[in-house]
Amino acid sequence: MSADLIGELQATVASSARVRPRGATTKMRAPANNCATLDMRRLAGVVDYQPTEFVITAWAGTPVAEVQSLLAEHGQYLPFDPLLAERGATLGGTIAANACGPERYRYGGARDFIIGARFIDGNGNLIQGGGKVVKNAAGFDYPKLMVGSLGRLGALVELTFKVFPKPEAYATLRVDGASLDAALALLPKLTNCPYDLNAIDLVIGAASQVAILIRVGGLAAGLPQRMDRVRSLCGGGDIVTGDVEAQLWRDAREFAWVADGMPVVKVPLTPGRIPALDARVSSARRRYSVGGNVAWIATSALDELDATLRSLDLAGLVLLNAPGDPRIGRRVSNAFAERVARALDPQNKFG
Amino acid sequence: MNQAAFLSALQKIFPERRLLTAPAALAAYESDGLTAFRARPLVVVIPETQEEVIRAVKACHEFGAPFVARGSGTSLSGGALPVKEGVVLALNRLNRILKLDPQQRIAVVEPGVVNIEITKAAAPFGLLYAPDPSSQPVCTIGGNVAFNSGGAHCLKYGMTSNHVLGLKVVLPDGEVAELGGDSLESVDADYVGLFSGSEGLFGIALEITVRLLPKPETYRTLLAAYRSLEAAGDAVSSVIASGLLPGALEIMDNLSIQAAEAAVKPGYPLDAAALLIVELEGERAQVEAEWARLKAVIDASRPYLVKVARDDEERMKIWKGRKSAFSAVGRLSPDYIVQDGVVPRRRLGEALAEIEKLSAKWGIRVANVFHAGDGNLHPLIMFDGREPGALRRAEELAGEIIALCIRLGGSITGEHGVGMEKRQYMPRQFSATDMDAMWALRKAIDPLELANRGKVFPEGEAPSLHRVGAHPLEQAGVISRE
Repeated sequence: MSADLIGELQATVASSARVRPRGATTKMRAPANNCATLDMRRLAGVVDYQPTEFVITAWAGTPVAEVQSLLAEHGQYLPFDPLLAERGATLGGTIAANACGPERYRYGGARDFIIGARFIDGNGNLIQGGGKVVKNAAGFDYPKLMVGSLGRLGALVELTFKVFPKPEAYATLRVDGASLDAALALLPKLTNCPYDLNAIDLVIGAASQVAILIRVGGLAAGLPQRMDRVRSLCGGGDIVTGDVEAQLWRDAREFAWVADGMPVVKVPLTPGRIPALDARVSSARRRYSVGGNVAWIATSALDELDATLRSLDLAGLVLLNAPGDPRIGRRVSNAFAERVARALDPQNKFG
Repeated sequence: MNQAAFLSALQKIFPERRLLTAPAALAAYESDGLTAFRARPLVVVIPETQEEVIRAVKACHEFGAPFVARGSGTSLSGGALPVKEGVVLALNRLNRILKLDPQQRIAVVEPGVVNIEITKAAAPFGLLYAPDPSSQPVCTIGGNVAFNSGGAHCLKYGMTSNHVLGLKVVLPDGEVAELGGDSLESVDADYVGLFSGSEGLFGIALEITVRLLPKPETYRTLLAAYRSLEAAGDAVSSVIASGLLPGALEIMDNLSIQAAEAAVKPGYPLDAAALLIVELEGERAQVEAEWARLKAVIDASRPYLVKVARDDEERMKIWKGRKSAFSAVGRLSPDYIVQDGVVPRRRLGEALAEIEKLSAKWGIRVANVFHAGDGNLHPLIMFDGREPGALRRAEELAGEIIALCIRLGGSITGEHGVGMEKRQYMPRQFSATDMDAMWALRKAIDPLELANRGKVFPEGEAPSLHRVGAHPLEQAGVISRE
């Protein structure tokens, strides 16, 4: 059945001038005019899962939540912390948008856990890259290329991930009321210390005061001791556990802190660039995630943010709640990218 | 190609002492870690700046001269093998660490920087560069990026490409492109990921931005000795099933143990059929909790001996033995081939039993050391190159092991790359459509096939028309082996 469906999708790509893959549309990209839509949700379900291999393969249209609950039955998880799973995000959309959450801080992002991909290229061919073993150096790394490709290099059909054992227990240290300067002064102490921290987020509140959230996961036995050390490093703070703790991070992944319908922009950066950006977006709700490597900015003033990002030489991606091209800020043409697109999609069907 | 005009163009870029054409000077560059293959280049140039690399690549493009970038020449797949009558760019002098920013936990380095030098530079800040191939005291980061090198800690931390955030590259026509950046995250397709592991076919990395990790607070390393390889393999499965995520899980068989012991005296038990090395690392309280669980799992796996490293010195000794295994096998046999296949972890036992059978069938000794945590085998196939036909027989055995890995659902290479050595096996792992797509990508990036010509693809001109056997360039007398 899946073979028939893939054949049908390949035929659509081959016979259309423009195509666009679509998942659960939890993120951006409203369908364009004169453009055939590939409904990837029809290709859903887990294809292969061997818990002792730390590997899972599923069709790209599979809801992330379905994969997560299957993994959880075996004490495993997707360490790159996919976003918007509760809203129905698919694996394919998660990879195409590179939608990783706060906990990608610990072990890495989608690029670090995708090990295989099958996709339909612009010629309508079904291409396999990578494989189903956790270590593999054969062939060009298409699976990584697809991370963040926004569906512009082909339609993802089947994805294989490396997975890890899920931390048995979590706790979060919450430090409230710091200034951004103080929080940023603390940040390198946290990122450079040999404590194994799962996530570090700075949540900017209404009056620009900062809540620092530090998540720690692992075996329950060592956790209290580890939390005490994090607290003394931070000079205080409240240790949160249980459902309240889980909710803190679910809110981050599902953007519960963002008003309904408000566009949300992802800006990759380094911690040192936060002050200059923050000064320019101080009226927006915002959050600095992944140890200061991602800014999430909720704003409807996208043109203004686009100009701000350009002036700061930063690139952004409108992840939520805005139609049209999601890419804003710095855009550098790149000869390598152009040649890759020419090979995979010579007639620019996906672009 | 007008060789005289080409050489004269290179002479405008490089002074005489950094442009080698004398046969004696070229001899050192004729092969890499895979010594079975050799080819003499026309010229070796030794750039000292990125600008010189770019100018050299442009000259190669202008004259249609194929080129190969080379670091320390440690490739085990023939990845740095020169093209006969082509150019070698020896990049060892591009060895500057351009930036080390402990606060952002990144380093920007040139391709000729030796892997371990990054960790040395980061150590005063409590940081390290995680990928640690066995050759890390000599191999360069440029080669690591080109071949997406691995090491003993890949299950938990991934391979080289998982640690590269940004690249400045010169494409095969001399155009320069910046890929990725210095953040852990990005909002574009992952061109850094695609370039990494492309085996030099997409051009040369000039600047590499790597992420650094905090040095683990503590390590707990143990050796467990078993009476059979199967028992050691089962122990690995039990460790994984227990929900632990060790930093390293390595197995050595008796031949490798003997070799390592003879070479560096790591104190391995010489009578063990198999030795399992397990290493936990991380924050002390977490590691202590994991250690209790690990000990219970290992005890239940019935090893006849368990040794625990009591301090850093003992730990380093255990690792020295493991990392010396390849070269140590040189003490058991005048020549050997290192294989690099991958199988799903649950099929390790099956794979090892098959390799044993193949070894008996061919009458060729095979030592096994492998990254058991990620199913990456390293059979060391021993032969005496002076014996007529011995190399060919060793290669046929190697081919059967590769076929076995594919049959079990694995890969022809885990970390050494395809290079020259395994190119004829690519069409067994990938379909004709996949091969054609990869070829189209290669041609779009490098229409003249100048960058590391002759690697990865079974033959240069028509990838679908593959065949197994002697290398086509070999048949044509362009390259030769000893």
